[in-house]
Amino acid sequence: MTIARTLDDACAALAEHPQARLLAGGTDLMVGVNRGQVGLDHVVVLDRVDELRAWHRTGDDLLLGAGLTYADLGRGDLPGLLPALAQAARTVGSPQIRNAGTLGGNLATASPAGDTLPVLAALDATVLLRSATGSRELPLAGFVTGVKQNALEPDELIEAVRVPVLDGPQEFLKVGTRNAMVISVVSLALVVDRGGRGVRVGLGSVAPVPLRAAEAEAHLADHVGWDDGSPPAPDAVDRFVELVAGAARPIDDHRGSADYRRHAVGVLARRALHRAFPGGDR
Amino acid sequence: MSADPYVLRVNGRDHEVPDAHLGESLLWVLRERLGLPGSKNACEEGECGSCSVQVDGELVCSCLVLAASAVGREVITIEGLAPDGELADVQRAFVEAGAVQCGFCTPGLLMAVDTLLDADPSPDELTVREAISGNLCRCTGYGRILAAVEIAADLRREAS
Repeated sequence: MTIARTLDDACAALAEHPQARLLAGGTDLMVGVNRGQVGLDHVVVLDRVDELRAWHRTGDDLLLGAGLTYADLGRGDLPGLLPALAQAARTVGSPQIRNAGTLGGNLATASPAGDTLPVLAALDATVLLRSATGSRELPLAGFVTGVKQNALEPDELIEAVRVPVLDGPQEFLKVGTRNAMVISVVSLALVVDRGGRGVRVGLGSVAPVPLRAAEAEAHLADHVGWDDGSPPAPDAVDRFVELVAGAARPIDDHRGSADYRRHAVGVLARRALHRAFPGGDR
Repeated sequence: MSADPYVLRVNGRDHEVPDAHLGESLLWVLRERLGLPGSKNACEEGECGSCSVQVDGELVCSCLVLAASAVGREVITIEGLAPDGELADVQRAFVEAGAVQCGFCTPGLLMAVDTLLDADPSPDELTVREAISGNLCRCTGYGRILAAVEIAADLRREAS
């Protein structure tokens, strides 16, 4: 086992032990270990790497360390800068889970239901990867490659996530069987970019990977009163909802049917839009 | 795979863990190797909260902590809440309110409430509900637990 103190430590340990498992918050990995489904040969422990638990602003972007916990995402200035990400983080698990689980872990696990993923999709986030031999930056869609599949090489770790600071309201909504400790049946993030005169919508739990509702976004851009902030007309909202539901590619499973998910994601789209542009018809 | 011997600091004391396996959770080591069975083992996936402990002051599920990774951390378990054998304020409050039925969830809930009151001495009910949302109780229906938290908050404020 290696308890890394710096990124360089962690990368060196991974280079030496390419079969090693990375341990951040443990909220996914340890479940598999406890069930005997995951064997541990070497573990690189990341939770004492200060560089990973920090964030900073560079111009109009934020670099979020992969070791920020869900609780961290809801503290200090971050909820003001990234409201949808803070909202998503607050819906994860329980206080115990939010104190341990990390942004990088949510990405690496790459579950279709990962709560931060639709937000990162809507923000056009990129993922910074690092190894002993170099670093690279991938768009989210290049990083999450399938159900619980990611683009990490055996000697790589997630260093940070790059997201823009946008001018405009943001919403994250999720449907589950209760408010706490719940895996999302459907989730949706809507972020408004007043500067770019656009609304961006990320969808979770409705496809193997987080999706964008590109057609719905293109439609809506023409129907928001960007100069006075006026909401889109009711028929434009209806069309937006239809296009969001149409973008979903859900399956039937034990948490919900595909039909239900398509319906629910439309409901969330309408609700999020109404919150972002209050005053319109809902 | 075996882990090298390591030392865990639990309830203010260093404990040698000489012959553990690498994959053992903190919960397992507390209960089975250190003789501290107060933290309960139920779901082993972070769902029930009955194994809650404080690690460096933060409430976590000990079943999701790799024990060997907690070297150098300050672990507080339910046994550490009342080190002198005298009940802690949260414990007295749970007894007074009748918030204990089968008792299985109680240690985890006490750790959660203790952590909450350290951060917020006068939590409103929604704050309390969110703070204990990761601790499942199948007996009480939570009403008396919420009442106990109010009593505990009063006791702690009076003592400070």
